[in-house]
Amino acid sequence: MRLFGLPLVLPQIVAVLALASLYGNQGYVTLSLQKIGVDMPSIYGLTGILVAHVFFNLPLIVRIVLGALGAMPPEYDRLAHQLSLGAWARVIHIYWPFMRGSLFNAAALVFMLCVTSFTVVLTLGGGPRATTIEVAIYQALTFDFDVARAVVLTALQLLLTSISVGIFAFCGGELQSGLSLNTQRPMVERKSVWVRVLSVGAIMVCGVFIAAPFVAIVSKGLAADLIKLLGQETVRHAILTSFTLGFCAASLCVVLCLALCEGAVQAGARRRWLYAHASSLILVVPPIVLAAGWFLLLRPWVNIYAAAPYLVVVINAAMALPFAMRFLLPARQIAHDRQSRLCAQLGIVGFNKWRHILLPVLRGPMLIAFAFAFALSLGDLGVIALFGSEKVQTLPHLILQRMGSYRTNDAAGLAFILCCLTMALMMFVDRRSASTKAGDSS
Amino acid sequence: MSSVLAAKLDAVSFSYDADAINRQAMMNFTAEFDRGVTTAVMGASGSGKSTMLALLAGFERAQSGTIELEGVDATLSPPAERPLSMVFQNNNLFAHLTVAKNIALGIAPSLRLKPSDTKEVEMALDAVGLAGYGQRLPAQLSGGEAQRVALARVLVRKRPILLLDEAFASLGPSLRDDMLDLVAALTRDNHLSTIMVTHAPQDAQRIAQNLVFLDRGHVVLSGTTADLLGKDGQNDVLKRYLGEGSQT
Repeated sequence: MRLFGLPLVLPQIVAVLALASLYGNQGYVTLSLQKIGVDMPSIYGLTGILVAHVFFNLPLIVRIVLGALGAMPPEYDRLAHQLSLGAWARVIHIYWPFMRGSLFNAAALVFMLCVTSFTVVLTLGGGPRATTIEVAIYQALTFDFDVARAVVLTALQLLLTSISVGIFAFCGGELQSGLSLNTQRPMVERKSVWVRVLSVGAIMVCGVFIAAPFVAIVSKGLAADLIKLLGQETVRHAILTSFTLGFCAASLCVVLCLALCEGAVQAGARRRWLYAHASSLILVVPPIVLAAGWFLLLRPWVNIYAAAPYLVVVINAAMALPFAMRFLLPARQIAHDRQSRLCAQLGIVGFNKWRHILLPVLRGPMLIAFAFAFALSLGDLGVIALFGSEKVQTLPHLILQRMGSYRTNDAAGLAFILCCLTMALMMFVDRRSASTKAGDSS
Repeated sequence: MSSVLAAKLDAVSFSYDADAINRQAMMNFTAEFDRGVTTAVMGASGSGKSTMLALLAGFERAQSGTIELEGVDATLSPPAERPLSMVFQNNNLFAHLTVAKNIALGIAPSLRLKPSDTKEVEMALDAVGLAGYGQRLPAQLSGGEAQRVALARVLVRKRPILLLDEAFASLGPSLRDDMLDLVAALTRDNHLSTIMVTHAPQDAQRIAQNLVFLDRGHVVLSGTTADLLGKDGQNDVLKRYLGEGSQT
């Protein structure tokens, strides 16, 4: 399950490079298959886009559905065995009711993520036959300088995402349900031999599919001249810029998230929903649409490239908000439920309440939210692609440039560095989550 | 006469249904609690016992009527300004703070303590039989010890009224009796007026001089515990409740 958590935080530009080094024209898999006379379809185009989206979303669906099954009381399974229910009867009467809702939520979330996909489509597609509205907005603003078309496309994308979210909400779907990194306990089930063989086979195929790109990143990355790369001024500058923007975005994200959490726990039942879901607005208004909006709004008044760092920080913070809320809101709600009356009675308010009561309880979730937002911002290519320049260049932006100029070794080396940075942050999140859970259960 | 009362609820109405569409959900309390004694509040589940305490403590706002505490109208006072301390069934302690700091919050919410405050915390711990426990964390305490710490904080707050909302319900019978005896001693020694919500008639008989019985959001009986729970004093409502209680 930890392996299945990695694609969720792997920067998309890094994953694209990894998939290209596996399934591209000179990729390991392509060359190996060619030796036995099998030709792979080109990774560039719809095939590659689909493969990349399966890579990112397969683990997400597995985690969501397994999470829903993990919520099933263990007694149900024991009861089913005691009643001698067959495999099919167990699926229909016991597992399916738990899976049904989560499958719909997972499908809805994946649909939204694909509709708003940018980096994958920009790097593996981009042509008229394989593009998304997001990429078309980017191309209209950066290559064609066609503001009118960008406005129309932005409105179209907003309409599309709003209708989609509206339909899912109408059908009782919950887009937020997938925005969690938590792994649920796997079900302990006695299986027949053929079910066990099938399960192991499926897990192995999926495991290899997910793990192979990581192996490719490490192998290609270590083959690049990392020392030389780190010696370059532009690389060092890009790393520093990424860190600065990431730090600011993560800080802003945590502050915004705390404010929303405070509103959610203090508000009445009706407004609580509004606060709790305000963070998910970014799913309806994707980063590129948001960035395009700011681009169009500010362009007549300010030098848009000078304002780039601020816009990147704000939009990256908004991008991480739904995830940060997943970590912080439950902790803040528990603190409120357990302690609000005691605090009110003892007169613990304002700074005293924050320092002595809330900060010790929320420190862990805040750090997790911060690290997660930091990792997301480090790997983001959406907003910076629109606002990036020679002066404001992040690591993903630099990777894109090196890919564009066919310096693939450099791009692989930079991708390896970026991957190490984000993975280190996510390992921190993982360990911190585990220790927080252990603390809660003790 | 209000001057001899610790607390008085005068036609205090309240409903969790904000629009009060359901008139049957409206609670209406009129009750008096004598000063310097322990009063038990009893009634079936959902009769409004905890709501009555929440109204007294200021956690819920009365929709009409007045609440007097120590002879002063406290209907609109915030919880921290009311002359009372409350001990809940759970979550009386902040899990990340030591026992000493949990008690010290009753003296100074900023936790900036003078040497005399520290001494007071030690004395309070001593009074509840937990001398030397100051540096422990709540996770290192038993259920009974945690409630003792909450009582120690009541002592340092020096508020004249003590509210207990089924504070010892989760403890075993023997430990619960010990805690009730401790409450009785603290009430007597510190001249407290204690109002105690309980399900168990034996708890009321053990330490409460007075008893208030609620049914569906209204006070239906009040008097001395001896009179109401004695064989001759039981009316139909109380008999029904006690009968149900003995069956469960």
